[in-house]
Amino acid sequence: MISINIEKKLKAYSGQQWLKVNREEFADGSITKIYGPSGAGKTTFLKIIAGLITPEKGIIKVDGITWLDTSTKTALSPQKRMVGFVFQNYALFPNMTVREHLEYATKDVGWIDRLLTIGKLETLSTHKPEHLSGGQQQRLAILRALAIKPKLLLMDEPFSALDHEMKRVLIDELKVLFAELGLIVLIVTHNPQELDGLCDGELAIDTER
Amino acid sequence: MDLTPIWLTLKLACITTLILLAICLPLAWWLSKGRSFFKIIIEAIITMPLVLPPSVLGFYLLLAFSPQHGVGKWLHDAFDLQFVFSFQGLVLASVIYSMPFMMGPIKSALQQLPASLSQASYTLGKSERETFLRVLLPNIKPSLFTAMVLTFAHTLGEFGVVLMIGGNIPNVTRVASIAVYDSVENMDYSAANTYSLILFCITFVLVIGVFIFNKTQAKSPLE
Repeated sequence: MISINIEKKLKAYSGQQWLKVNREEFADGSITKIYGPSGAGKTTFLKIIAGLITPEKGIIKVDGITWLDTSTKTALSPQKRMVGFVFQNYALFPNMTVREHLEYATKDVGWIDRLLTIGKLETLSTHKPEHLSGGQQQRLAILRALAIKPKLLLMDEPFSALDHEMKRVLIDELKVLFAELGLIVLIVTHNPQELDGLCDGELAIDTER
Repeated sequence: MDLTPIWLTLKLACITTLILLAICLPLAWWLSKGRSFFKIIIEAIITMPLVLPPSVLGFYLLLAFSPQHGVGKWLHDAFDLQFVFSFQGLVLASVIYSMPFMMGPIKSALQQLPASLSQASYTLGKSERETFLRVLLPNIKPSLFTAMVLTFAHTLGEFGVVLMIGGNIPNVTRVASIAVYDSVENMDYSAANTYSLILFCITFVLVIGVFIFNKTQAKSPLE
């Protein structure tokens, strides 16, 4: 169970805006899609949860443990939060092969092999990201985030580079995997309809002046 | 033909490059992370040798490390270290004078890496140090190579600063660039030509090496 109550000032051409998410609770095993207009702070919201950005005000609690409390200046580092994060630009490491990406994240060889099978990347395990297609890179980014067996998985536009068929197959497989791992998943999307059938909750994000 | 100045120059360039690599890697990493007034001051100090006449830098180093007073006297009395008119002095001057050539390419390469690379590594539980060594450093290899070669080549060509702090002591501080000047002063154009040609060839090969190594980057090595 995660509860979040944060306020973060956003820089915008149209003046000062605030990202406010209050008392949202995400239950174990839930998959929530997050949507809203461009510049509303969807990515910022995910980065705040991961500990990559600190908000002006807020509290984040995970299973009763305080990850962030600005009033007491408590802020767990991203390394301690260990959330799975799928970046919009993939953030793959150009110097590492597919397998090395997963080995960097975990020493569990069996888990690495399973992830490669799920992502259909077994035959490409010695390839570096520059030799993968956009869809393969996106799958690798998802697998790398799952490699640490996180409790919470944050995905920023994870399916945008996949074709319809690949998206459907991957979503079906991820559904099984998410259920098995009991993950809490938050997925940012520009296209909420693409996640129909995968998500059981939704959160609309918009800025306030 | 005395080739000692050439060997001395190569030795000085190697030592300077290695010392600057050890200093500039962590320093460039720190400078590349955000900006503050303090960092601007540090960057300005590092960049000064690019715009300052070498003789000015050499003069102040000569004053600072003179064994008669100040830091130089203390180093001499406490550790029996003398930087003026010694090979150590050349190394110290070269490290200061060539620092911008090592720092520039490394810092700029680190700044150009997407922040999400470090962030992705942090979310995988990796420390800043591990992220630097296993993610950032391997991805700036071409710039690292460029920085090392530029530093090495620049040290080969130092004149004013090494003359000021090192003088012209055969087998100790008489590096190739000073040997060229000295030979011309003595009207020995043949020796001056030999030293110059050797320096020219080494530098040319180094620059060609950088271009070949970085050919896939489609960038000038001076970027």
